[in-house]
Amino acid sequence: MTVIDRDNTILGPPALDPRDRGGPAQPMLIVRDLKKHFPVKGSRGKSVQAVDGVSFDVTKGETLGIVGESGCGKSTLARLLLHLIVPDAGELVFDGDAVNAPDGIRVDALRRQVQMVFQDSYASLNPRMPIRDSVAFGPFIQGKRKPAAREVARDTLRKVGLDPELFGPRYPHELSGGQKQRVNIARALATGPRMVILDEPVSALDKSVEAQVLNLLRALKRQFNLTYLFISHDLSVVRYISDRVLVMYLGRVVELGSVDAIFDEPQHPYTRALLASRPSMDPARRIDEPPITGDPPNPIDPPVGCRFHTRCPFAEPVCRTRDPALGYWQGDKAHAAACHMLDPRSGHRRSRDA
Amino acid sequence: MADIAELRKPLEAFEEQVAPATRVRGYWQSVLYRLRHDPVTLAFGAVVLLIVVLAIVAPLVAPFDPYKESIVGRLKPFGWHEHLLGTDELGRDMLSRLLYGGRVSLLMGVVPVLIASIVGGLLGIVGGFAGGRINTAIMRTMDVFYAFPSVLLAVAIAGAMGGGIGNGMVALTMVFIPPMCRVAETATTQVRALDYIEAARATGAGPIKIIRYHVLSNVLGPVFIYASSLVSVSILLASGLSFLGLGVRPPMPDWGLMLSTLRQSIYVVPFVCAVPGVAIFVTSICFNLVSDGLRAAMDVRI
Repeated sequence: MTVIDRDNTILGPPALDPRDRGGPAQPMLIVRDLKKHFPVKGSRGKSVQAVDGVSFDVTKGETLGIVGESGCGKSTLARLLLHLIVPDAGELVFDGDAVNAPDGIRVDALRRQVQMVFQDSYASLNPRMPIRDSVAFGPFIQGKRKPAAREVARDTLRKVGLDPELFGPRYPHELSGGQKQRVNIARALATGPRMVILDEPVSALDKSVEAQVLNLLRALKRQFNLTYLFISHDLSVVRYISDRVLVMYLGRVVELGSVDAIFDEPQHPYTRALLASRPSMDPARRIDEPPITGDPPNPIDPPVGCRFHTRCPFAEPVCRTRDPALGYWQGDKAHAAACHMLDPRSGHRRSRDA
Repeated sequence: MADIAELRKPLEAFEEQVAPATRVRGYWQSVLYRLRHDPVTLAFGAVVLLIVVLAIVAPLVAPFDPYKESIVGRLKPFGWHEHLLGTDELGRDMLSRLLYGGRVSLLMGVVPVLIASIVGGLLGIVGGFAGGRINTAIMRTMDVFYAFPSVLLAVAIAGAMGGGIGNGMVALTMVFIPPMCRVAETATTQVRALDYIEAARATGAGPIKIIRYHVLSNVLGPVFIYASSLVSVSILLASGLSFLGLGVRPPMPDWGLMLSTLRQSIYVVPFVCAVPGVAIFVTSICFNLVSDGLRAAMDVRI
């Protein structure tokens, strides 16, 4: 088997990772019915349904982009995957091993193979720690002696394009936003992970630096044979970096498919609205009306039935009562959306049969 | 897509490689740098240093034995028979007693604050980091101590345990633990919410390692600043305890105690009686100003 990445360059057989257990066909990460509800202080029984029954797979070597509005549960999902927040319910399977199950993989072992890059490049570096120590901390915690960990830090800094002699002894406040985010990437890579969760890694950067960091991420992915989970609210960034895209709305998955399928043939009305909200390059096609109105509903009391029905232009009675399942569209195993209009038996007037 | 072509520019365009032009300077180096350019703090720091050195070398520089009494030479004014600062009500040399008394006063000023910073700081860090019920338990207990004015609390504890230097120090330590704990707890709570703690957890670090490598360095600053401001309070409180007979026992020289016994002679030799009070005043105000300078030098958002 050969790996062909999105640039259509053939990279030859994938480097075999000695830690690989399930083989290339086994998904890197399987997520099933993941749930996290945060109790609301002061009101008994109520909770913020941040992530509510999310399921998806991450294939080895791919970049899965996750998009959605602010507050749709993207960041909570990222933290759940690393057990930084403990899920209420649901299953995580990493390379064939169930996470935190008696015969599965323990959380600390999982954290050796999955790392995370945070959005706020400033807050994610200890202001009182020189850069090289921040990067060396992971290897040090995972059992390396301090000089060896420093050596790893030096190598990793070089790989993200920072001169270790120049930047190593510096403190975070002496670096620019892009440089800090490079350090954060180095920190995540220093422990030699197989999968990296990128939680809005470029959202706080200006456009030119953003492009550099994105290119760096792509280059690193190829170099280290990484799998990415890329969270962003920026659709063009997701389109640029992802192989597949997952669209979230109010703690649920509404659509999942290859990057071309999502961007060229969006099926869910929410995905379409999201895509329509991008300013067009063509001035003649610019719109004044917002494609989607209002704020997302309160996740404390999410709408019953389809969660999008309060803002959906096609909402019908069935949408207010029944929750649509994430069905595969036209039998295409790669492209799924959760909408009654795609289900012939739903009773929605616009569904394919009606 | 034009914007995508733009994004695919070669990786070599790293104008970011340029490092900042300033010299590499660590946090403590930058604090020292700022202190060096603060003449007021430096001057008062020199006075503090002088007081400390004089207290340490008291046996070498004291002109007389601080315990040697003299029936004839009681309550003499400044300069009487080589007694530079006069004599007290038992004819003992004031200068010698002042130098020796400085040892006790400084000890009572520094030791309780030191112990309270360690104990209170640790409690605050544990509470702030653990959060939830542990935090509530620790902080509400501290609030109980907070309900009493500090002087009253010190007097009550020292009074219940009896006088003496040791008990006085314990009483002062108890007074300083709650505010110290509160400062550490606030700083820890702020730090705990930041992403770098989360990132450290993501590498698999346990709470002890996270506290040691990531929390401590960020909490130590505020704790140290606050502790330095408490030293003068502690000297004052210790003198107060001695004044009330709850701290140092006679005949040991101590500024508060000297003030207490000499106050009956205020109409005989008013200037001699004022000497220990001046010593307390000067020492505490110097510590206070040095603490202010430290705060200014250390309180930088980096």
